[in-house]
Amino acid sequence: MEPVQLLDPDGRLTQDENWPLELTPELCRDLYRRMRLARRFDEQAYVLQRQGELGLWLQSLGQEAAQVGSISAVRPDDHVFPSYREHAAALCRGITPAELLVQWRGSRNSGWDPATYRFHIYTLVLAAQLPHATGYAMGVQRDGTDEIVLAYFGDGAASEGEANETFNWAATTEVPLLLFCQNNQWAISTPAHTQTRTSLHQRAQGFGLEAHLVDGNDILAVHAVTAAVAERVRSGGGPAMIEAQTYRMAGHSTSDDPDRYRDASELDSWKTRDPIHRLERLLEERGWMNDGFRADLEAECEVFANRTSQECKQLPLQDVSTLFNTVLAEPTPLLTEEHRRYAELVASFAE
Amino acid sequence: MSQLTLSKALNTGLQQALTNDPKVIVMGQDVGGLGGVFRVTDGLQKDFGPQRVIDTPLAEASIVGTAIGLALRGYRPICEIQFDGFVYPAFNQIVSQLAKMRARSHGQLALPVVIRIPVGGGIGAVEHHSESNEVYFAHTAGLRVVCCSNPQDGHWMLRQAVASEDPVIFYEPKRRYWAKDEVTDTPAESTLPLDRARILRSGDDLTLLTYGGMVDTCQRAAAVAAEEDRREIEVVDLRTLSPLDMETIAASVGKTGRCVVAHEAPTFAGLGAEVGAEITEYSFYDLQAPVLRVGGFNIPYPPAKYEDQHLPDLDRVLDAVDRSFAW
Ligand SMILES: Cc1ncc(C[n+]2csc(CCOP(=O)(O)OP(=O)(O)O)c2C)c(N)n1
Repeated sequence: MEPVQLLDPDGRLTQDENWPLELTPELCRDLYRRMRLARRFDEQAYVLQRQGELGLWLQSLGQEAAQVGSISAVRPDDHVFPSYREHAAALCRGITPAELLVQWRGSRNSGWDPATYRFHIYTLVLAAQLPHATGYAMGVQRDGTDEIVLAYFGDGAASEGEANETFNWAATTEVPLLLFCQNNQWAISTPAHTQTRTSLHQRAQGFGLEAHLVDGNDILAVHAVTAAVAERVRSGGGPAMIEAQTYRMAGHSTSDDPDRYRDASELDSWKTRDPIHRLERLLEERGWMNDGFRADLEAECEVFANRTSQECKQLPLQDVSTLFNTVLAEPTPLLTEEHRRYAELVASFAE
Repeated sequence: MSQLTLSKALNTGLQQALTNDPKVIVMGQDVGGLGGVFRVTDGLQKDFGPQRVIDTPLAEASIVGTAIGLALRGYRPICEIQFDGFVYPAFNQIVSQLAKMRARSHGQLALPVVIRIPVGGGIGAVEHHSESNEVYFAHTAGLRVVCCSNPQDGHWMLRQAVASEDPVIFYEPKRRYWAKDEVTDTPAESTLPLDRARILRSGDDLTLLTYGGMVDTCQRAAAVAAEEDRREIEVVDLRTLSPLDMETIAASVGKTGRCVVAHEAPTFAGLGAEVGAEITEYSFYDLQAPVLRVGGFNIPYPPAKYEDQHLPDLDRVLDAVDRSFAW
C-alpha cells in the first residue's frame, strides 16, 4: 500500500478526496515556521551536547513533519503521551527549551508539568507509555468528555509486548486513543525489516484498529490524515493508528555512530525527501513566502537558538534534599535518617 | 597474554565460547552490525554469521523466552540486555521460567542460558541506564548471579558462565568497561571457579566486601587507610552474588573481626543485608563491630548530576571503616 501523500518531494500538490485539507497560506506558513524552529532548536541542542552542556541528546532531525503535522491536527486539550524524541511536538505545545533540555543535562529526570501542557513527561522505557495512554483514554471515556489521547511511539518500540497489548486493549475497550507511530526506519542499528515483516499499520488493522499509512515527511498529508482520523476518534469511532514513514536523519543519539551500520547513500536519498524543503517549495511556488517573512523567520530562529543556549547553561541544580523528599508522599524514617547522615557527613568535610 | 579493556576481554571471551562450542548463540538488541552499544559483541556477527550472532527484535521478554526455547533444543544462548533498566520486560521469563524450569521438571530440564547485563552507574547516563538490580535475581532461587570487576575475571567468568549448566545472570559494571588490564589466553593460576570470591588485598584489621563498579573505589580506600591510618584492610571482590562464597567471607571476617559491605545498590534489602546476616550467623563470636553497609541511597537512581553524591565514594567507604573501628 502506498502511503497517503499530498505534497511530493518536489513540492507538487495533489488533493485527495479521502483526506480533505483546507489549504491556506496561513496554515502552510505556520507549519513551516514550526518545523524550522524545531530544527534550529535540535541543531542547537546537538551543539550544546558537543560542548559538554548536555549529557546526551537524541535528535528529532528529519521527523519534524511527522511531529508538527500530527500535533497541530489535534486540539490543545487532547492529552499527549510522547516517547522521548518528540521535541518538535513538545515545542508546539509551548514547552520551553529549558524544560526540554533539563532532562538531557542530567539535572532532572523530567522537564515539565504535564498538566500545564497536556503533554506527559518523556518515557525512556520503550512502549511503556502506551498502556498509560490507553488507561488515560479509559478515564476520558468514563468522564464523558470529547477529548482524545494521542500517543507517540517508534518502529522499534512496536516490537515490545506492551505495544501489541495496547493495540489489542485499545481495540477491545474502544477508547478515544490515536496511536501515532513514527517509523523512522531504524531502532538504533536495527532496521525496521528486522523488527517486523508486515507493515505496522497492517498489524494494527489485524488487532481491529482503524489504521493508515502516511508519508511522514509530507506535513500536509500528516496534518490532513491526523485531523480526519482524530475527528473520527473524537466522535466515538473507536481508537485508530497512524504509521508515518519518516527517517531518523541523525544517529540514534549523540553516543551513536550510524556509520557503523548504515550506508551514507541511504541518508542522501532521504535528504531529497526532506520535510522542510518540500513545504518550502510549495510556499515559494505559490508566492506565499515573501522576503519579509523569510528574514523574520531566520531572525526568529537565531533568537530561539540563542535563548536555547542561554537557558540551558543557566539551568539550576536542585538541592540534594529533593532526592530524598520526592520518593514517597512522606519521607520514611529510613530516608529521613539517611538524609540526616549524609548531611552530617558533608558538614564534617566542610569543617 | 594481552592488555585488554573489560569490554574487549568480554568480547574475546564470547569469541572463544562461540569458537569452542557450535551450540553457543549470542543474541540481543544491536549486538550484530553495531557490535553492542558497549562494543562487547564487536565483530562477532562478521566472524560467526547472523545465525549465531542474532540482532533480535526489540523485545526483552522474547529475547529471554526464545533463549529458553533454544536451550531446550540443546543450544547455549548468551543474551544481552542493553541496559540494566531494560531487563524488567523479561522479568517474568527470568523469574517464572528460566529460574524454575529445572525444579519444575524435577531436575530433568537444564537451561544453560547466560544473560549479560551492563550494570550500575558512574557514566553520566539518563534514567534507567545506571541501575543495580542484582538482588531481584539473587532473591530468586534457581539462578546464579555473578558480577565481574576486571578484564581477566570478566573474560574467564564469562567463559565459565557459558559452560555452566545453570542459568547465569552475568553483570558487567559499565564504568569499568574501558579499564585495561592483563588477560591470559589460558586459565591462570589465579583463575578461580565461578562460585568463589577473590581476595584482592589481604589485611588483618577489617574486611571490606564489595563487587562490580565499587571494587576499584574500595581498593583505593584500602590504600588510603593503610597509608593514613595504618589500618590493614582486606578487600574481597565477591564476584558471585548468588550463591555467596561464605567460606572465603567467613574466613576473612574470622581473621579481622570487622566488616564493611559496599555496593552501588540501595542498602535496604540489598546484598549487604544478606551478607551481613550470614556473617552474623557464621562469625558472631569473631565480630568486634556489627557488619556495616555502604550503598546507594534508598531512592530511585538520581539524575546524572547527582550520581557523585549517590554513589558511595572514597569518603563514604572510609567513613564506614572509621565507624566500624569506633564501635
Ligand atoms: C525496554 C527498552 N529496551 C531497550 C531500550 C534501549 N533503546 C533505547 S531507544 C532504542 C531504539 C528505539 O527505536 P524506536 O522505537 O524505533 O525509536 P527511535 O529511537 O528510532 O525514535 C533502544 C533499543 C529501551 N529504551 N527500552
